[in-house]
Order: sequence, then C-alpha cells, then structure tokens
Amino acid sequence: MDANKLVTMANQIASFFATDPDRTAAVAGTANHIQKFWEPRMRKTLLAAFDDGGDHGMHELVVAALTEHRAGLEPVA
Amino acid sequence: MYSNKVVDFGTPTKRSDNTVTVHIDGKPVCVPEGTSVMRAAVEAGVQVPKLCATDSLESFGSCRLCLVEIDGRRGTPASCTTPCDDGMQVTTQSNKLANLRRGVMELYISDHPLDCLTCPANGNCELQDMAGAVGLRDVRYGYEGENHLVQEKDESNPYFTFDPTKCIVCSRCVRACEETQGTFALTVEGRGFESKIAAGPTNFFDSECVSCGACVQACPTSTLMEKSIVDAGQPDHAVTTTCAYCGVGCSFRAEMQGSEVVRMVPHKDGKANHGHSCVKGRFAWGYATHPDRVKKPMIRKKITDPWREVTWEEAFEYAASEIKRIQAKYGQASTGGITSSRCTNEETFLLQKLVRAGFGNNNVDTCARVCHSPTGYGLKTTLGESAGTQDFDSVDFTDCVIVLGANPTDGHPVFASRMKKRLREGAGLIVIDPRKIDLVRMPHVEADFHLQLRPGANVAVMNALAHVVVTEGLESKDYIAQRCDLDDYTKWRAFISEERNSPEALEEHTGVPADQIRGAARLFAKAPNGAIYYGLGVTEHSQGSTGVMTIANLAMLTGNIGRPGVGVNPLRGQNNVQGACDMGSFPHELPGYRHVSDPAVRELFGKEWGVKIQPEPGLRIPNMFDAAVDGSFKALYVQGEDIAQSDPDTQHVQKALESLECLIVQDIFLNETAKYAHVIFPGSSFLEKDGTFTNAERRISMVRKVMPPLAGLADWEVTVRFAEALGYRMDYKHPSEIMDEIARLTPTFSGVSYDKLNKLGSVQWPCNDAAPEGTPYMHEQEFTRGKGKFVLTEFQATPERTTRKFPLILTTGRTLSQYNVGAQTRRTQNQLWHDEDMIELHPHDAENRGIEHGDMVSMQSRKGDTTMRCVITERMQLGVVYSTFHHPESGANVVTTENSDWATNCPEYKVTAVQVRKVTSNRSDWQQRFDAFAQQQDSLARQGAEDPEQPAK
Ligand code: SF4
Ligand code: SF4
Ligand code: SF4
Ligand code: FES
Repeated sequence: MDANKLVTMANQIASFFATDPDRTAAVAGTANHIQKFWEPRMRKTLLAAFDDGGDHGMHELVVAALTEHRAGLEPVA
Repeated sequence: MYSNKVVDFGTPTKRSDNTVTVHIDGKPVCVPEGTSVMRAAVEAGVQVPKLCATDSLESFGSCRLCLVEIDGRRGTPASCTTPCDDGMQVTTQSNKLANLRRGVMELYISDHPLDCLTCPANGNCELQDMAGAVGLRDVRYGYEGENHLVQEKDESNPYFTFDPTKCIVCSRCVRACEETQGTFALTVEGRGFESKIAAGPTNFFDSECVSCGACVQACPTSTLMEKSIVDAGQPDHAVTTTCAYCGVGCSFRAEMQGSEVVRMVPHKDGKANHGHSCVKGRFAWGYATHPDRVKKPMIRKKITDPWREVTWEEAFEYAASEIKRIQAKYGQASTGGITSSRCTNEETFLLQKLVRAGFGNNNVDTCARVCHSPTGYGLKTTLGESAGTQDFDSVDFTDCVIVLGANPTDGHPVFASRMKKRLREGAGLIVIDPRKIDLVRMPHVEADFHLQLRPGANVAVMNALAHVVVTEGLESKDYIAQRCDLDDYTKWRAFISEERNSPEALEEHTGVPADQIRGAARLFAKAPNGAIYYGLGVTEHSQGSTGVMTIANLAMLTGNIGRPGVGVNPLRGQNNVQGACDMGSFPHELPGYRHVSDPAVRELFGKEWGVKIQPEPGLRIPNMFDAAVDGSFKALYVQGEDIAQSDPDTQHVQKALESLECLIVQDIFLNETAKYAHVIFPGSSFLEKDGTFTNAERRISMVRKVMPPLAGLADWEVTVRFAEALGYRMDYKHPSEIMDEIARLTPTFSGVSYDKLNKLGSVQWPCNDAAPEGTPYMHEQEFTRGKGKFVLTEFQATPERTTRKFPLILTTGRTLSQYNVGAQTRRTQNQLWHDEDMIELHPHDAENRGIEHGDMVSMQSRKGDTTMRCVITERMQLGVVYSTFHHPESGANVVTTENSDWATNCPEYKVTAVQVRKVTSNRSDWQQRFDAFAQQQDSLARQGAEDPEQPAK
C-alpha cells in the first residue's frame, strides 16, 4: 500500500486527537483508532515506514502512538 | 386517482387526550375530541356520502353531500365540518337527507360526461359510487345546458393526465398540493360556474408541480388519472411493500394485474409516509421491466473478451473457482465483497456472512462508507448508538429545526413535506448550507436564518453556535448534569468557550456574519423542542465524523435528545443505509455494531456459522482500491453498487478495477462497474423478492415479492448458491429465516420477525424484550452508552484549498427526479425533468469567465476534468459551483479527490477546488475515453448475447 497516503491518513487522525489537552489520552486515542479501523496490511505498511528511518512527515502523535502502543498495532498473527 | 378500495374516514384523525361519545344512527362511538361527525360515522361503520372530503385533508365543506341531522340542531349540517360533541345524536339517513343529496348529485352529473363505460376510472370512481349511494336515477336539468364538456386534456405530465371535463371542482387536488405536499402549484381560478382548476399559466409540466401524485390520489373522479391506469385498466389486487429509493422508506400498495404492476399508491397506514409519496416511488418504477435488465448470468476471462451467457450453475462454478484460485495464489485476504444500501437487510447480512465465513476474512464494506459512515462513528462515540434518535412523526412536535447539509425537498421529499407542514404552523427554521436550497424560501416557508457557509466549514459553524449557547448561558444545565459525563463536559466547555471558537473569530472560515450565528444560536437554544436534521453535506467531508459529533454536542447542550420533537436526525440517502450498517457490513463490525476484536462476539457468530471469525478489521472500500492498485487485492464481489460511477476519483477507481483478476457484479443492469467485470450475476428488483428495508428512523418494513425474478433467482438466493459453490453451506428456504438468524444474533433485533412485521406493519429497532413493539425515539431516560459524551471538535480546514489555478469550490448534490447514480431513474420518464447533469455557477463567476447560461463548460480539478452544461443561478454563493452526479458520462467524480474523513475514510465529495472555463469541444479527454470504452463494452455485451455458443477464452 502507498505509505505516503497512509501517513497522511494517520496524521489526520492524530490532528483530531491532538486537541485533547491530556497528551496520554491523545496518543492512546490515535493508536486505538488505527488499531480498530485499519486492516493489518495498512498497519504493517505504516509501521514499516516508521521503521525505515526516513522522514515521512509523521505527526508527532503518530510517532508516539507507534512507539508507545506498538504491540497493539502489530497485526495479530 | 383516488382508490375506493381503501377505507376513507373522510377527515384526518385528531390528537387529543379527551374523548367524546356520539351516537350515529343509535350506535354509540367514542372518538378523540375534535373528530368530525363524518369520521365518527365511519368508525361506527356508517359511510356518509361525500365528495369534497377525504381523510388525508382537512375538511372543506363545499359539496354539501355529507349532510346529516343532529338532534337539537337546526337544519342539516355538513358532517365533515361538524365536530362531535359529547352525547350528540346523529341521523345519517332520512327521506329529507336522501332528497337533498340526490339534488346535489343531479347538479354534478348534469355537467359530467356520461361515458362511464369507457372511462379509465370505471369501477373506481367516487362520483359514480356516490351517484349509486344516493340512488340517482335521472337528471332533471338535462345535459344540454351550459357545461364544461368540451375542454382539452392536459397530458404534459409523463405520468398522469388532467381531463377538466370530468372535474367537479371539489378542490381536493388543490388542498392536497397545499396540505399534503406543500407545493401550492394548483389554484381554483374563477368563481361559481366559471371556476376551474389550474396548474400555473400553461400546463402541469411547466408549472411548479413536482409530480408527487398527491393531487392525483385525492381526485375522486378520473380528472387526474395515472397514465398507467389509462393504459392498463384497473388493478385486480394489491400488495403492500416499501419504496426502494430513498431513506424515507415510504410504504406503498403495489396495485397489480396478475404479476404486472399497474400503479404504485402510497399506503395510508405506512408509518413513515402516512399516505404520501414523491415522483420516484410513486411513478418511477418502470425501470424494473426495462429492456436493459440483465436476465442471464454471464462470464468472461478478460474484460476485453466478449461476454458469454451461461447457466446459473456455470456462473457459480466459475466464480467460486476463481475465488479459490486467487486465494490459493495471493492469500485469503486478497478477496472481499461490497454490498449496497439498495439491498435488503437479509441480502446484506448474507453477503457479509459470505465474506466472513466463506472467504474467511473481514474485507466487506457497504456504500454507506461513502455516505453515512461518519454518522455511525460520530453517534456511537457521543450517544452510544449508530442511528438517528427519532421517528419522522417527531417533527410535528418541533419548535425549531436546523437543517444542516441536507436538501430534503429534493433528497427526502416526503419527509420534507411533513417538515414544511410544521414550518407553516410556525416552527423556527435555520438552514445551514452553502447553497440557497428551496427550503430557504418557498411558498409559506421562510428560514429565520440561512447561514450560507463556505463548503467545508460545518464544524466551524457548529462550534460557533455551541460557543454562543455556552457563553451566553443558554445551555440546559439540569439536562447536562443529569444525562452527560461531566468530566468530558467540563473539558469540552473550556474548549468551546475559548475565543477562537466564537462566531467572530471563525468568520473568516465560515463566511457567515457573526451576528447571524448568534441569532440562530439563541433561537435554537430557547426553543422548547429543537431538532437537527442533517445529510451528506455534513458527512462527506474530511471532518465528516467531527461534524456529526458537533451535532450531538449541540443537541445534548440544549437538552434536545430523548423525547418527541427533538433529536439528532441523519437523513439517509438510499433506502437501506441504516439497515446496511446495522447488518454488519462494515469491515470492523459484526451485525449490531460489535467490533470484530471482541472474542465473545466472534465466538457467538463463529458458533452459529460454524467457522472461526478473523479478529482483525478488514479493508474499507477506498482501502480495497488502494490494495488492488498495490497488487495485494485481487477479487471482489459487488452486490447492487456501482462503484465505478459513485466513488470519488474515478480514474483511481478504474485503475483499481482493472487490477482485479476477478470482479463479480450482481446488479439489475450492466452498470459502469460491470464494464470491468468477469462475472455477472443478474440481480432482482425490489418487486421480485421478499425482504426488509430499514429507513432513516430505524423503521424495519417489509419488501414483498409481487412478480417472479426476471432472471429466475432472487438476490438472496444468488448469494446462497454462490456460497454453496464455494463449499460453504447456507440453509435458508425463505428470507424470514435469515431475519430469524439476525434476531438470534443481534440484541437490538431480538424481537423482530416477519410475523411481527406482518402484524404491526413495521417496527423501529431496538425491538426486543424491553421494547417488544419497537422504539420510536431513543435515549429516553439515559443514553445507550450511559452518560452522553461531549467530544472536542476542533475545526480543521480541509487540505483541499483553492489556488489561482483552481479558484472555485465544487460541491455536489442531487435533484428530486433522479436518484443517486441514476441507474433506475434514468430508465424512466423522470429523464424529462433532468436529462443531464449541469454545473451551477454564480452570475459573477460566470461573467468573469464570459460564460452564459446553457454554455458548455469544462470543469477541471487537480484530479481530472470533464465538461457539462452550465446553469447560472443566484442560489450559489460567489466562488462556489455545484453539480449533480446522476449521469455517468458527465463524470462529476472524475474531478473529486481522494481526500476523506479522518475517522471513516468517507470521501470528501463536498469540497473540490476547480476551475471552470467555457469550451468549444463537448467532451473532455476523459469523456472521450469513457465513450470509447463504453462503446467497446456495449459491443462485447451484444456479441455475447448474439452468440451464446461461443466458448470462454
Ligand atoms: S381535479 Fe379532481 S380533485 Fe381536483 S377539483 Fe377536479 S375533481 Fe376535484
Ligand atoms: S403532483 Fe403534487 S406537486 Fe404536482 S400538482 Fe399534484 S400535488 Fe401538487
Ligand atoms: S420519499 Fe423516498 S421513499 Fe418516499 S416515495 Fe420518494 S423516493 Fe420513495
Ligand atoms: S364531503 Fe362534506 S361538504 Fe363535501
């Protein structure tokens, strides 16, 4: 899947949750949304982009979500 | 015309807590206060002769046929205009009354042609019936006097005729147009003998008439008569069913001769429509037998091969073998299915079951993805249930209505008529829409405020309204304290009170003067009952889900959820959007909105279906397209949906469809998507199958088979047989058994069965032990989720911006006579009203570009370009253009973008930056390619039909 498009989508999600003054809730909200609504190959592509070290322009909440909630975002085997 | 096969109570039912008892010819009958003597008589089993009265209209008292005698009263009052008093003694038959009535009838008949035997109304004419009922035997005045017997028929409307020679000037039609429809297209011209009915200065077609049929249905003679009855004659039986067009879900009597429909008449007892209809459901059903219907299954290896007609068995075998081959090669997740809001609940349930149990993945989605998926997300998050809170009747109790991003007079006409009635009674109206929609100003309706916002600014306007309510102390404090989560509320209150959410601060985004927003907020907050109705103008945005949550926030803030007259009311586009969502057709949810990650839910369904359900969400429609282009998604089963035309960014969709190795299309026509297909399963129309639809008010209504499926199988049977070919057995003998399974598995449906639906007519879910007869309005004592949740809804502008190259914003919508991609309505005479999509442009934008009304113009976006004819209108605001999308060749979606709602991926159809230019060539490059491809596919389809022996290559 097109990683750039997925990053844009993830950033959109993050911008919604970013309004929450409680940062922990904002990070969890972002992670939870991706986990609940994204099919595994979309999450895999996003995680791969995150892992490849390149600058994909990820929202800092997306970065935090992928870091702090990694286990939940890895597709169930 | 009127149908004399249905009991007519003469005057409408009255709402009152008090009752009175009257005696009709000695028989006591108890009725609500305010009921007419005529209606009480019918309730007592006595039909008083009448001509100008009918129970869909307020009484008028002009014909003087319904006279009665009342003890203690002088003279012979008209029973239709006389309200019952307690203890009243009424006599409906006496020599005196008989003579008076005969006298009245004599006058009518002396000016009426006596061609009963050849009149299309013969056998179903109230005038004829009344002549019989009063015992008219001769006409003393003769027929030679001055009369109206030589006047021309008006046949301008494609569906009904107006024959003034038969008119008795009872004005039922005029009143129907006013009271029932609210269009005010008809008038009585002249006085006394000269008076006649007129539709505008020329004829019906060129008048304000919207062809709803209310006048035709009210007419007691054959003056207003359906052309289908003129052609076919009177029906021999009728079956009650549900309209297959919009989310109002009107109930109809399909009037039949054998297995042929001769007329569709709105059903008086239908709880969604109370006997009203619009031009689509009432008249535009001819597509069901259109010659374009696909009647044979077809297959082909490549989309450049000719089609080959095959037996059902061969089609199922081939499709199943392809799915298996593809899954073996590319994995289980390389396949999926899409169902449609046009399908019944049972069909949608089966399709998602087939995908989850037969394909073994969760790659199932529905076209609600591209319309109301944000409603599902937004209302579930805030209120706890993915559905509108009210029934349609609720609007009768509303004091102030907000209509936001919806155009009910075109999209939901029958509900619009109800709403207009309430508005004429004095309810306040706030329209929030970039366009000056009809509701803003029409006969006897005028919006108190029209907040003409910039497309994409819904969230800003709604936040500003809430800001005013909070900062001016107009919120419902007790309601919030009792019903809502206070932590969330406190957080939200702080957010919304910030100055940046004030109407003044947001004015640069909204384009709406702050004082108008302030005025509207006060009007809404102060109304005892405020209701919000919204449509795709809210959901189809990059902030669609946020928009829905702003609506829930405002409704909770003003205490407007949980009783009649209030609520959050999504107006659903297609007939079964609500049902499709309920039936588990979203990739992350099993029926009843239960997430696939919940092990208990998976266990429940897995056990019933004998399979293991996958715990991960599947692909949504746009993700399927992306995965197809990417090469990991290879086979798709599409039921009743034309994704190639209705989804945005057409060229991307086409690329995705071309990437599939097996595309199975089940539809009644070879639609745009079918041009990319390898297998065609012919679909069945709503007249050819049993099932249920769930309308926008959660009302589940029966769809009944009135004719055999043209291709031999109903849609649910096709899915069952396809599943079998795949090796997954589904054991149903009738759709009622599918509903039984839905009820077993879904708590909100546990009380639903065909028996109950047959008995009650329809029910609104939740229907279970707690609410055995259904739930007209929800969240009465508490919200489904417990405490209502205020959600922070920061306004964020869409990434789609205007630039020098693309300086205008395009927004899209629909028109009354056409429906969605037009596959059905384009195959009816509704074409006469709208035979091409057009671009609406503000006069200044047109002038700047040297464009004149009717010119061909090109519309170009970052995604593509197309050409259409242009309409110049002040409905539009400066800088905004509008088009409909009912015709495939106009390619409105060639220009729309891939932007989508952050939460649900619902496409942002409503905001696209474009440039519009005058052109000389009529076709854009895309349109020329479209024409060539369409021509090629037509010829492949023809070759296949001509040469059934030809082998698949
Ligand atoms: S057209 Fe029919 S309904 Fe209208 S006034 Fe004439 S008879 Fe009555
Ligand atoms: S068809 Fe409907 S809109 Fe047209 S004149 Fe009759 S009632 Fe009025
Ligand atoms: S309002 Fe909708 S459901 Fe009713 S007749 Fe028209 S299209 Fe059908
Ligand atoms: S029916 Fe009562 S006056 Fe005509």
